[in-house]
Amino acid sequence: MKLKQVSIFLENKEGHLLTVIKLLGDNDINIRSINIAENKDFGIVRLILNDSRKALEVLGANGITAKITEIIAVEIDDKPGSLANILEIFHEHKINMEYMYGFIQRYSQKALVVFRVDDINNAIKVLSDNNINVINEKNIDIL
Amino acid sequence: MIWNEKIELLSRDGLKKIQTNSLKKMLKVLYSNSSFYKKKIDEKGIKISEIKTIDDIGKLPFTDKDDIRDNYPFGLFNSPLEEIREIHVSSGTTGHPTVVGYTDDDLQLWSEVMARALCCAGANKGDMIQVSYGYGLFTGGLGLHYGATKMGLTILPMSSGQTKRQLQLMQDFKPKILACTPSYALFLADEAKKMGIDPSKSSWEIGVFGAEPWSKNMRDKIEKMLGLTATDIYGLSEIIGPGVAQECTYKDGLHIFSDVFYPEILDIATGEAVKDGEYGELVITTLNKTGMPLLRYKTRDIVKMTTEICKCGRIMPRISKVKGRTDDMIIVRGINVFPSQIEHVLLNMDETHPHYQIIVTREDNGLDNIEVLVEIKQELFSDEIKVMEVLSSKIKNNIQANLGVGVKVRLVEPATLERSEGKSVRVIDKRTL
Ligand SMILES: [Zn+2]
Repeated sequence: MKLKQVSIFLENKEGHLLTVIKLLGDNDINIRSINIAENKDFGIVRLILNDSRKALEVLGANGITAKITEIIAVEIDDKPGSLANILEIFHEHKINMEYMYGFIQRYSQKALVVFRVDDINNAIKVLSDNNINVINEKNIDIL
Repeated sequence: MIWNEKIELLSRDGLKKIQTNSLKKMLKVLYSNSSFYKKKIDEKGIKISEIKTIDDIGKLPFTDKDDIRDNYPFGLFNSPLEEIREIHVSSGTTGHPTVVGYTDDDLQLWSEVMARALCCAGANKGDMIQVSYGYGLFTGGLGLHYGATKMGLTILPMSSGQTKRQLQLMQDFKPKILACTPSYALFLADEAKKMGIDPSKSSWEIGVFGAEPWSKNMRDKIEKMLGLTATDIYGLSEIIGPGVAQECTYKDGLHIFSDVFYPEILDIATGEAVKDGEYGELVITTLNKTGMPLLRYKTRDIVKMTTEICKCGRIMPRISKVKGRTDDMIIVRGINVFPSQIEHVLLNMDETHPHYQIIVTREDNGLDNIEVLVEIKQELFSDEIKVMEVLSSKIKNNIQANLGVGVKVRLVEPATLERSEGKSVRVIDKRTL
């Protein structure tokens, strides 16, 4: 199933990331994962949070540009070749991937990989067809 | 329909005769009545008897906005205060507000030119007009109102705001004409959608939009969204308010009512008249006004003008949309750059009002650099770096194509660019010249 990621636009200026992270913390919003993509001028911070809607409100009220993006998170075995397997499935079904990033979960031996793809519904379908465990919101609560 | 065929279809020679006579009359009154203008004319070392035709107007002194402000509030009124029927005020970012006064005759003149403008936009007697410009000290609402009264339209004096009500009454009363700022027209379309109304099925067939710069793309968008013909109106309170110039339905320049508002287009650097079709500052003489007549008023608006006769048949010359303002022009590597050019590029890419800042720096080797900071808006934000980079280079290419000079573009967080009293600081020139 689809998960919500909050993406934030930040200039590459000292202290800006800290401001955002503190803002979320002050509003009791928990960060499950964080990923930053950047070039020399600006960065895009991608967060998976326990309450995306509230985060968007808080960020918006503070004049920070943010939006919710739908992504999928997949549990993969922590062993060679498991990521390649998923990429092959995407390739086979002509699903374009915009970006991906991984993070470790606390309670199992498996790794989680986040994918942002162009056709999310189809991606979920083909992964399930191939018996790959797509994380739903209930699972992510235990992270 | 042409409101005043006698004037608007008059031959060029006939027009010139009217302009010459009016200018002579105006000078006589000013020289004997106005200590301000008597002094100006004397200082220029010219005798008003030397002005034989309208072509001699270049010998006369200019008036500018500072003259109006310095004589706050009523110093430039040329009629006794008890003969002033109406006063309008516009505030600037610095100094005194600009005060203008209208006599009975001026209000008649305003009605006349606004009636011409509405006809020019395609209105017919008996049409219903929704006036959604602000009524009050701002000239927009009342200017449209007077013209519509004179023309014999049915007026819905909505003023600005109360968007739901505007849309409700549009549906119930079916007005044919909408008069407001172009950005409010877009806002109305968006709000209509939210209310479940299809804006393209609106009753409005004609839009009379002005009081702020807008691009061709914005026109296309408004026309498509609201299903109407969107025309541009130009004016400034110092001259009369709306009704100085108006696009006809061919939408190929704005007819300037030059029998009463005599236009000159002057080179920004030399002050000399430019050739037909070249850009320069629009300078206007109010040939017939009595409350606050202005001689060669420098509008600070950069336009070009053509005297070619329009397809609609009107002889009145046509001015282009305003390209920029003289007061915020910067010269970089020998090229005149107007912030409004950059604004137009950004407006063309995304129709809501952009926030940007231009930073000009000079390198040690003497080369000037322009960096344009653009606040990134919610609608343009993507979670993908490459999409953002494409956006940034698209902005860069479009600006470069428009300015003819290389620029750097940097996307910045919203609401981070300096504002001064709510108005954006458009240019930061760090060069020490
Ligand atoms: Zn025309």
